[in-house]
Amino acid sequence: MTATNVDHQLIIIDPDDKKNKLINWQEIWQYRDLFFFLVWRDIKTRYAQSVLGVGWAIIQPVFSMIVFTIIFGNLARVDSEGVPYAIFSFTALVPWTFFSSSLTSASGSLINSKNLLTKIYFPRLVIPLSPVIGKLIDFGISLLILIGLMFWYGVIPTIWTLMIPVFIIVMMLTAAGAGMWLTALSIQYRDIRYGAEFFIQLLMYGSPVIYATSIIPEKYQIIYALNPMVGVIEGFRAALLGTRAMPWNLIGIGSLMAIAFFLSGALYFRSMERYFADVA
Amino acid sequence: MPSHAIKVENLSKRYRIGFEQQRKDSLAEVIFDWFSKPIKNYRRLRNLTQFDQQLEDSQDIIWALKDINFTIHPGEVIGVIGNNGAGKSTLLKVLSRITYPTNGKVELNGRVSSLLEVGTGFHPELTGRENVYLNGTILGMTKKEIDRKFDEIVGFSGVSKFIDTPVKFYSSGMRVRLAFSVAAHLEPEILLIDEVLSVGDAAFQRKSLGKMEEVSKRGRTVLFVSHNMGAIRSLCTRGILLKDGQLAMDGDVDQVINAYLTGNEVSAEGKVIFSEQDIPDDNEFGILSVELLTLTGEVKSAFQIDEGFEIHIKYKIIEPVKNQRINLRFITSLGETVFATYEDAQIREGFIREPGTYKAICQIPPNLLNNLTYRIRIGFDSPGYKVLIPGKEYLGVDIVDTSEGYRYADGAFDGPIRPKAEWSVEDISS
Repeated sequence: MTATNVDHQLIIIDPDDKKNKLINWQEIWQYRDLFFFLVWRDIKTRYAQSVLGVGWAIIQPVFSMIVFTIIFGNLARVDSEGVPYAIFSFTALVPWTFFSSSLTSASGSLINSKNLLTKIYFPRLVIPLSPVIGKLIDFGISLLILIGLMFWYGVIPTIWTLMIPVFIIVMMLTAAGAGMWLTALSIQYRDIRYGAEFFIQLLMYGSPVIYATSIIPEKYQIIYALNPMVGVIEGFRAALLGTRAMPWNLIGIGSLMAIAFFLSGALYFRSMERYFADVA
Repeated sequence: MPSHAIKVENLSKRYRIGFEQQRKDSLAEVIFDWFSKPIKNYRRLRNLTQFDQQLEDSQDIIWALKDINFTIHPGEVIGVIGNNGAGKSTLLKVLSRITYPTNGKVELNGRVSSLLEVGTGFHPELTGRENVYLNGTILGMTKKEIDRKFDEIVGFSGVSKFIDTPVKFYSSGMRVRLAFSVAAHLEPEILLIDEVLSVGDAAFQRKSLGKMEEVSKRGRTVLFVSHNMGAIRSLCTRGILLKDGQLAMDGDVDQVINAYLTGNEVSAEGKVIFSEQDIPDDNEFGILSVELLTLTGEVKSAFQIDEGFEIHIKYKIIEPVKNQRINLRFITSLGETVFATYEDAQIREGFIREPGTYKAICQIPPNLLNNLTYRIRIGFDSPGYKVLIPGKEYLGVDIVDTSEGYRYADGAFDGPIRPKAEWSVEDISS
C-alpha cells in the first residue's frame, strides 16, 4: 500500500521508563487544548453557585492584610521599613497568596483527579501544572488591588518593577516544583496531603510576609533565602515600594532553589507517573 | 500501511493487593498497634510501587495478565471476552497507557482513543456545551476538531434544547447520551472500548451500536470488551478469550463465543457457594449457595434466549421462622427491575418453616428475557415481621442470542424483556 499517514504515530508501551524525556513538552503541546480546558474548568467551577463569585479572590488577601495590619502593624508594631504596614504586608500577600493557594491545589490535584487517572491517558503533568496557571487569574486580580493601594498611599514604584515577571516565573517554578513533589507523594501516601496544607500555612511565618527580612540576623539570611519565596517577596517590596535595595543575593539563591525544585519535582513525578493509576 | 495495528508481546501485569487485617484480641495489642501502625502502614504503602525480590511469591501479589501475545491487523474488530477478573479491563488499561505492564511490550500503530467509561471528566456545574469541549479534549480531540463536529455531536445526543444548561440538571439518561455522542465522534485509528454500551436505554444502545458498526466499517481497528455476546457477535470478526489473566483462545468470533458459553470457563461464574465464614446470615438464618442451571442440570452463567433455566438457592434455618419467603428480582445493567418473583405459596397465617437445610428452585421460562446481561437480586424476609436477609445481587446472567434468524437486529431489541409473540400475516385484499 502506498498511502502513508502524515501524522502517523507509533506508540510503544513497555516497563522501561529510563528513556522517557524528563518533561515531554511536545506531548503537552499536543494536549494544549486539554490543558486550557482544565485551567478554565478550575476557574469556572471554583466559585460556581457562590454569591460573591470571583470576589472571593479579593477577600482572602484583603482580609489577611486588614487583620495583619491591626495585629502586627498597630498592636505589635512590627517594623514596616517606612511604608504603611497595610501596603507593606499586602505587597507580600499578593505573591504569597498565589504561592500558597496554587501549591495547595497542585498538591491535592492528583487525588482529586483520580477519576481521570484511572480512566484515560493524557500527559499526567497537566494535572499539577494547571492549578499553577489557573491561579494566575486570582493573582492578577490582587495585583490590580495592589496597584490601587499604591495609588491610595501615593507609593511610587521603582524601575525594578520591570523585574516583576522574573519574580513571577520564580514563584511559579517553585509552586510547580513543590507541587509535583507533593502531589506525586500524596497519591501514594495520603498523609502528605494533610501535612502539606498545614506546612504551607506554617511556611508563611518562614517567609517575610508579616515582617521584613531585615529582622533575620545577617549570618542566617543565606539559609533563610533557601525558601525561594523570600527572594520573591523581598524582590516585590524592593521593586514596588522601594523600601530596600534589590536583594540580589536572596533572589539568586531563591532562583537556583526554584530551578532545583522544579527539576527534581519533574524527575520524581516522571518516575512515579506510571504507578498513579495503580495506587490512586 | 503497517502490517499490524496492535502487537502485544509477552505482556504481564502484576498487582499488589491489600494486606489482610490482623485481629487484635487484647487491649495491649490494640495499644501496641497504635504505635506500630505508622511503620506498618508506611511499609504497606511503599510496597504498592515496590516489588522486592524476596516478596516475589508472597500472597498479596496477583498477576492480572500473564504472558499475553497477539497481533491485530489494521481494520480488524476484536471482541475480548472472559469472566469477571479474567484480566479484560487490565488488558484494556495497559493498551490505553493508563497503567503500565510489569513485563512485555505493546506496539500501537496509529492514533489511539480509549473509552473505559462514558463522560470521563464531566463536571456537573458546567453546561452541556462546556462539557462537550472538556470531555472531548480529555478524549484526545483538539478544540478545532470539536468545533467542527459540535452540531453533529449535539444532534446525535438529542439534548440540543438543554445544551446551555448545567449538566447537574440533566437526567442521568441525558447525561449518558451526551457523553456517548462525544465519544462516538472520535476519529482514532485504534479504538479501545470497555463495556460502555451497557449504558443508556435500549434505543440509544442500538443507535450507539449502529454508530460503532459504522466506525468499524471505515477501517478502524477496534478492540471491544463486553459481556453482551449479541453485541460482540454482531460487531466483531475475531474473538479473544481471557481466563485468569491468560489468553485462553484467539480466533473466529463464533467459535470463541461458543467456547466461552459451553466451556468450563463460565461454571465458576454461574454459582456462588458461601464458605462457613462469609455466609450472608443473621443468627437464625443463612444462605448457603446460589446457582444457575440449565434444565439438564449444568451450571452456567450464560443462556440462549430460547433456553429456560433454573435458579437454585440453598439455605439453612437455625431458629423456626414465621412466614419465611424468598424474593428474587431480575435487574438490568441500568439498575431497573425487570420483574420480581416471590416464593410465598405456602405463606398463610401461622406458617412456620422449621430448622433445617432447604433448596428453593425458581424456573425462568424460555423466550422471556432479552439478550442482555441481568443481575439477580435475592432477599429473604417474613412479610409483616422482619427482613431476614436484605436483597443483594449475588449473580449475573447473560442471555445471548446466537441464532441466525436475528442477524439483522443489532444486539438487543428495545425494552428489558423479549417474549416471543406469535405473528401471522394474511392477505385480506380479495
